[in-house]
Amino acid sequence: MTAHIVIDNVSKVFDGDGRRMVALQDISLEIPHGQFVCLLGPSGCGKSTLLNAIAGFAPPTSGRVLADGVPVAGPGPERGMVFQEYALFPWMTVEQNVGFGLEIKGMARAQIAARVGELLKLLSLEDFAKRYPKDLSGGMRQRVAIARVLALDSPILLMDEPFGALDALTRRNLQDELLRLWAELKKTVIFVTHSIEEAIYLADRIVVMTYRPGTIKRDILVDLPRLRDPAAPEFNALKRELGLMVMEEQQRHHDAEIKAAAVD
Amino acid sequence: MVKRRWQDIAIGLVVPVVAIAIWQWVASMGWVNENILPSPLQVWRKWVAYLLPLQDFATWREANGGGGKLAWMVSGELITDALGSLYRVVVGFLVGAGLALPIGLSMGASRVAYAWLNPLFQLLRPIPPIAYIPLSILWFGLGNPPAIFLIALGAFFPVLMNTIAGVRQVDGIYLRAARNLGASGPTMFLRVILPAAVPYILTGMRIGIGTAFIVVIVSEMIAVNNGLGFRILEAREYFWSDKIIAGMITIGLLGLAIDAGMNKLNNYLLRWHRGLEH
Repeated sequence: MTAHIVIDNVSKVFDGDGRRMVALQDISLEIPHGQFVCLLGPSGCGKSTLLNAIAGFAPPTSGRVLADGVPVAGPGPERGMVFQEYALFPWMTVEQNVGFGLEIKGMARAQIAARVGELLKLLSLEDFAKRYPKDLSGGMRQRVAIARVLALDSPILLMDEPFGALDALTRRNLQDELLRLWAELKKTVIFVTHSIEEAIYLADRIVVMTYRPGTIKRDILVDLPRLRDPAAPEFNALKRELGLMVMEEQQRHHDAEIKAAAVD
Repeated sequence: MVKRRWQDIAIGLVVPVVAIAIWQWVASMGWVNENILPSPLQVWRKWVAYLLPLQDFATWREANGGGGKLAWMVSGELITDALGSLYRVVVGFLVGAGLALPIGLSMGASRVAYAWLNPLFQLLRPIPPIAYIPLSILWFGLGNPPAIFLIALGAFFPVLMNTIAGVRQVDGIYLRAARNLGASGPTMFLRVILPAAVPYILTGMRIGIGTAFIVVIVSEMIAVNNGLGFRILEAREYFWSDKIIAGMITIGLLGLAIDAGMNKLNNYLLRWHRGLEH
């Protein structure tokens, strides 16, 4: 079986007022169908940049991204994205938000209503159908954002620190929900996070990235059985190992910031 | 809740009541000439007379060749004037805002449209509508057309500027999310950019209708022979200071009613908006 997503020698360089910043350098990854991958690293390591390149929001400076063997040329519903800021349309009710992608596809009204009903049920949102996003908690909003992306039935799910703004309990709750959906719907998931525990809890595979330039520091498979117990010794051993790696990069990030401040 | 609201209303009434009481007291002491400052009681009587029909029902029927009781009841000068002013405000505002909205949307969305049109509008914008009065009379003569032209001009710029700003401030995250869902072209514009700009556009409309209301009074003083602006100027010719004040109070009440209506519309259209509690 061919890989679902191929990242082929991708580099991304930002040029701004004389300063040159290499965000990604020669990244190559092959992600098979149905894999749950976490991109892990401190802020500034280019993990979101890589996700945006896969989503098609910002094309790489060199190299290419293939989805199902086709080069990515722009954003599209076959690669659904969930944002940290939820990005729900505040002027639409929950059901309008979830149905919007289907409406764009040109699906018939009755069919949209049925599909939206199913999705709201799947994410326990039935009681909120007519509410506006402003009336929902952060956790509920992110459920709506997930339902909105699932409505597209995209085979690939891209998630940019989707639970970063939530409290710990809501976060765990949504992580479990996501794992349930993933097992049921068999999507390929690329999930960006800076939480080591979140990565171990969720992923089949964790890609640790380095701070500027963004490269792949380690690419490891997690073969612990699900649901994983964050208190188990194997979990903690992995957490320690990854923690050392991520903290090394975090330290480089920190030093770079101090240096930049000293120059200015 | 209800009790609280009555309390607020009661507190809000204290200062106006005291002000009117002092005014009445000053007037009744005979310290000022009543032609310069009539007493509130006198203004109130004048206001009621201004509101009620000029003739009794039978005479009015004869003069008008028939008509119902209701038509007679609203035949008072004040009602005719208020409706005349309101009509001009509404028509002028619709023309001004109706032109500003599509132009503002295209200038906000397209750099090309902005580059072409912005210099002209920036030049015209600081010219107050009142400065157009001589030209408007030359172009449109007397009566409603020049008044509506001036009002439309007054409403145009606030709506235009806010619409441009509204389209430009749309958060990029909504555009990215919409593109991800497959939106482009007209769908993107009508379902995402336009609703996201609505809070700004409504603010522009509220300012625009306020300007329209100022301009209507001024334009009625020059080109028209009814309306509240005309009436207070006419009253000055006859030294009817009580009628001047009665007219001014009516202008205040009408302005308040328009603003309250806009506020209601605002709350309804922005019921999804985070900043509003209702």
